[in-house]
Amino acid sequence: MIDVEDLSVHFGGVVSLDQMTIQFPEGACGLIGPNGAGKTTFFNVLSGFVTPRSGRVVAMGQDLLSMPDYKRARWGLRRTFQTEQAIEKLTVFDNVATVYEHSTRSGKAGRSAAVEAALEFVGLTDVAQQTVRALGAKERRFIEVARAVVGSPKLILLDEPAAGLPDAETALLGGIIRSIPERVGATVILVDHDMSLVQACCDWTAVLDFGRLLASGPTAEVLRDRNVMRAYLGTEEVA
Amino acid sequence: MTAVVSTPASSAPPAHLPLLARITTNRLFEPVVVVVVLLVGLFAIPSFFDSYWIANFTQLAVFSIVCASAGLLYGRVGLVSLGQVASYGIGCWVTMRLAFATTLPYPVLLVIGGLVAAVIGVMIGLPALRVSGLYLALVTLMLAAGMEIVLERTGFPNGGTGFKGVVTTISDIKATRRPSFAGTDVAYYRFIVVGAFVMFMLASYVLSRKPGRAWASIRQSEAAALAAGIDVTRYKLWAFALAAFMAGVAGGLYAGSVPKGMSIDAFNRQSAIFLIAVVIMGGIYSLWGGLLGAFFATCLLKYLTQNVFGHQFWTRFALSLFGFGLLANLIQNTRIAERKGVEA
Ligand SMILES: Nc1ncnc2c1ncn2[C@@H]1O[C@H](COP(=O)(O)OP(=O)(O)OP(=O)(O)O)[C@@H](O)[C@H]1O
Ligand SMILES: [Mg+2]
Repeated sequence: MIDVEDLSVHFGGVVSLDQMTIQFPEGACGLIGPNGAGKTTFFNVLSGFVTPRSGRVVAMGQDLLSMPDYKRARWGLRRTFQTEQAIEKLTVFDNVATVYEHSTRSGKAGRSAAVEAALEFVGLTDVAQQTVRALGAKERRFIEVARAVVGSPKLILLDEPAAGLPDAETALLGGIIRSIPERVGATVILVDHDMSLVQACCDWTAVLDFGRLLASGPTAEVLRDRNVMRAYLGTEEVA
Repeated sequence: MTAVVSTPASSAPPAHLPLLARITTNRLFEPVVVVVVLLVGLFAIPSFFDSYWIANFTQLAVFSIVCASAGLLYGRVGLVSLGQVASYGIGCWVTMRLAFATTLPYPVLLVIGGLVAAVIGVMIGLPALRVSGLYLALVTLMLAAGMEIVLERTGFPNGGTGFKGVVTTISDIKATRRPSFAGTDVAYYRFIVVGAFVMFMLASYVLSRKPGRAWASIRQSEAAALAAGIDVTRYKLWAFALAAFMAGVAGGLYAGSVPKGMSIDAFNRQSAIFLIAVVIMGGIYSLWGGLLGAFFATCLLKYLTQNVFGHQFWTRFALSLFGFGLLANLIQNTRIAERKGVEA
């Protein structure tokens, strides 16, 4: 469980997160909201890239914000980025191996097995030895997910992992994300604008708007919420 | 990002590729080229060129290490450092001082010179860690200028006593000793080629391991590297240490190639800027770029001055062109880095 208490982030005059208080249950959780709602900012706080003005985040009993940024991966935090960040110059295998070797203590032992398992989980075994530069958008997005599940993560943050993917591939990715809690044993927070993806992956969803928590609860209920519909597009229909 | 089309999965190159592409993508291609270049360096060049050109190739071999070290920092880690010439100077000074003061074998002197340069390189790296791109270039340029001032005061050891080891009468000036097995110019040239080979192998080994992968992550995005658990500060310092070690060893190799009385010209600010310019020209990603950059800086430049431009002026003009290229490149990279920072 991820316990967020009174989290506020200000950038100059902009209030990106406004006293956010929420408890994410275990499993796959959605985090949605219009552009500029503060979703990425929330992830950046968890990653340690942004220092909040106030607030606490306790994840599985661990006070996350007191840990140095690079040590959070070793604790079990993983994330993907809104602009995909698979490492161009490395092979697919090395991309995943890099995360493994820096976020676990086990060193070389078990590295290959862990990396291969992660690649198999996302279906990239065939391109393991190819350089990322030569690969397309789909592979890059899937590499990021493989990087997120390798080792023994506890909490995985996915920031619009399906952005730019066609529907069929998004559906494939959705199936993979949905199975993370059970197969990897980690809690997932999924940020996406694609409501069908969020619906397919997450039983529970929270909504941010202008840095404030608008609603949270079972995904189907949250998406029917009037306030949520108004926040999106100002209409009653959520895509 | 290119097409959304996914590439078919296959590890071996397809058979219908043109012959040349099939050769260059072969796993054995690079090792074979390395061996050929090494053999050409060791045997073909000494038998085809006179002593004037051997001196130039000697410089090339030394400089290739310095270029590779700067290219490694810039191309592999994303750090534009103008401090590599300072490390080169430190390695040269330490090796010379110990060569006069001790009877240690020359390779040992080289390692000590490299290690001292590495320690100082890390100290240079520490204040530079907070900045990147153009700003890092400026900070390290200031450090290079500081190094130049220090070297102006101390001079290079030439057989004297005391800490500086500088003699006062010209007739007492001694050349740095060479290894017993590499006394002649040609033999010493070969010694340098072997030294450069060892440094390139060291760099290539480290690049293929955990630090190389960490550097590739850092270069692409520091935020993504931190999120992957990489201790970015530590790996940047490690890069500064390796690069300074390489440049320091190069300085030590250079020490024995200079007949009598080392001038500080090779280690001043202009050299620092010139170095990064030729490194960018040679290509920063591949270690081969170091060799190419050094070729531009030594043999090609001599050749152009002598046979094409006919005058130093035009050679210098060509240099300014490199300089402009460098500046444009730096500014662009700084912008990209800033944009990345916002997006992450
Ligand atoms: N580093 C920063 N400096 C200044 N303002 C920032 C910074 N990061 C985010 N913001 C501001 O904070 C607000 C929230 O941005 P954030 O990126 O978290 O939104 P988001 O919910 O991820 O939106 P999107 O769906 O478009 O990705 C925006 O107004 C944004 O301009
Ligand atoms: Mg965002």
